[in-house]
Amino acid sequence: MTSHPTAGADSPKPAFELKAATFTLPVIRLLGIDMDAVADQLGVKVDQAPDFFRNTPVVIDLSGLPPGAGQIEFPLLVGLMRGFGMIPVGIRGGTEEQHAAAEAMELAILGDAFVRRTPPREAASQPDPRPAPRPAASPASAVAEEGVHASQRLVTRPVRSGQRVYAPGGDLSVVAPVSHGAELMADGNIHVYGPLRGRAMAGMKGDISARIFCQDLQAELLSVAGHYRISENIPDEVKGVPVQIFLDGDVLRVEKL
Amino acid sequence: MGKTTTSAALAMGLAQRGHRTAVIDFDVGLRNLDLIMGCERRVVYDFVNVINGEANINQALIRDKRCDALYVLPASQTRDKEALTKDGVGRVLEELGKTFDYIVCDSPAGIEHGAHMAMYYADDAVVVTNPEVSSVRDSDRMLGILSSKSRRAERNEAPIREYLLLTRYAPERVAKGEMLSVNDVREILSLDLLGVIPESKAVLNASNSGVPVILDTESDAGQAYHDAVGRYLGEDLPHRFLEIKKKGFFSRLMGG
Ligand SMILES: Nc1ncnc2c1ncn2[C@@H]1O[C@H](COP(=O)(O)OP(=O)(O)OP(=O)(O)O)[C@@H](O)[C@H]1O
Ligand SMILES: [Mg+2]
Repeated sequence: MTSHPTAGADSPKPAFELKAATFTLPVIRLLGIDMDAVADQLGVKVDQAPDFFRNTPVVIDLSGLPPGAGQIEFPLLVGLMRGFGMIPVGIRGGTEEQHAAAEAMELAILGDAFVRRTPPREAASQPDPRPAPRPAASPASAVAEEGVHASQRLVTRPVRSGQRVYAPGGDLSVVAPVSHGAELMADGNIHVYGPLRGRAMAGMKGDISARIFCQDLQAELLSVAGHYRISENIPDEVKGVPVQIFLDGDVLRVEKL
Repeated sequence: MGKTTTSAALAMGLAQRGHRTAVIDFDVGLRNLDLIMGCERRVVYDFVNVINGEANINQALIRDKRCDALYVLPASQTRDKEALTKDGVGRVLEELGKTFDYIVCDSPAGIEHGAHMAMYYADDAVVVTNPEVSSVRDSDRMLGILSSKSRRAERNEAPIREYLLLTRYAPERVAKGEMLSVNDVREILSLDLLGVIPESKAVLNASNSGVPVILDTESDAGQAYHDAVGRYLGEDLPHRFLEIKKKGFFSRLMGG
C-alpha cells in the first residue's frame, strides 16, 4: 500500500487543504454614484499606473457615500473596473439595498475588519481652525485614492493599536510613533521616524529588495517579502537603536545604522 | 478607571466657570452618573426616553442644585444598549448644542456600541487612563478608534482633539516600580496630559455623598481636577501631586 497514511483504504488522496489567510487589497472608496465621473477619474489613475491595476482584486467601499445616495449601478461599475483590468471582488459598507444589488452582481459583502482606513490628515500640532476645510477629498472628485495609485505614503499622526496602514505600490513613511498592536504594510520600503513598537511588513507583494528603516526598534514583528522575525528573535543589541532590516538571501537581517 | 468621576468633575468645573454645560450618561443599563452627581432621586425621564420621543429634552434634563449652569441627562437603567441609535443620539446632541456651551458625554467601558455612540459626534475627547500597561494599551486603542470611527473621520474633517487624563496616580507605587510614571504614559501614548489625578480617598467619599470631587476643594483630587479644567480652557498650569507626599529627605531621595 502506498496511499497517504491519513487516508483510509477507500478515501482518495486529499486534493486540497482548507485554510484561512489574510490579504491586503486595494479599495476604491466611492464618494458619489455618478458612474461617468468615476469612469473618467479612474481612467486617469489607470493611465498613471497601468501595471498596478492589471489583474488586481479590488474592493469597492461604499462607506463614503452621502446618506441617501441612492442605488449604485453595479453592472456599470463592475464592467468599468473589469475594462481597466481590475477584478472587483466585493464591497464594504453601504446599505442593505446596496448589498442586495451587489450580491446580484456576485460581489462578496465584506466586513470592515481588515484594510482599516487611516484618514489622510496632518499632525494635530497645528491649531485647527474650525469649521475645518476638507483637505484631501474635494467633494467634486468621485474616487478617493485609498490603496489606489500611491507610490509614497506619509503618516504624521501616531499609528495606534488596532490600526493598519498600507502603502500599496510604494513606500510608507511614518513620522510618529507606532504603537504595540499597530500594523504597517508597504509594497516598497517602510521608514519609521519614531519608536516602532508594532508590526512592520515591507515588500508585501514579494519585493525582496524592500527594506525597513527605523529609529527606535521595539517591534513585535518585522517582515520583508514574507520572511519575518518576531520580537523574541530580535537580538537585544539592536533594540532601541536606529536600524535597517533587509533580506540577505533567505535571512532577514537587522543591522545597526 | 475613573471615566464617570472625571465626567462629573469636568462638567461641574466648566459649569462653575459660567459655561452652560450638560453631562450625559451613555452607560445604558448601568447608570451611575446620577449617583455621582447626587441627583438619582430626581430622575423622571432619561436619555432613551428623549431619543424615542417619549419626553422632550427639557423634561429629561435635571438641573444641578449647586450650580445653575449644570444639567444632567441620566441614562436608562432598563433599556438595552441598542436603544442609543446613531440618528437619535445625533438629534439630541444637536438640540442640546443650540443652548449649551459644553456637552460632556460619559462613555461606558470598552469599545462597544455605547462607547462608539459617546465618541461619534465629539469635537474633543478626554481619554481617561490609569498608570498600568493594560489600561494604557486600551487607551491607545481608543485613540485609534477616535481617529478613524468618528463622524469627523468619516467626513474627512479636522480630527477630534485628543486629551489624555491620567487618574488613580500613586507616586509611591510608581517609585516602587508597580505603576507606570507620568513620563512613561506620555511616552507610550505620545500625548500631553490634561491632568494627573492622584489616587485619593476623597473620590470615594465624594461619590458616596453624591458630590463631584471637584467641589471638595480641600482634596488633592479635587484640586487636580480643577487644574485640568483650567488647562482644558487654555490655562498653562504645572502638574501637581506628582511627587510622593513629603515624608522626609530619605523617601524623597528614593522617589527620584
Ligand atoms: N482618583 C481616584 N482615586 C481613588 N479612587 C478613584 C479615583 N478615580 C476613580 N476612583 C474609583 O474607581 C471606581 C471607578 O470609578 P468610575 O465610576 O469613575 O469609573 P468608570 O471608568 O466610569 O467605570 P465604568 O467603566 O464602570 O463606567 C470608583 O469606585 C471610584 O470611586
Ligand atoms: Mg462609568
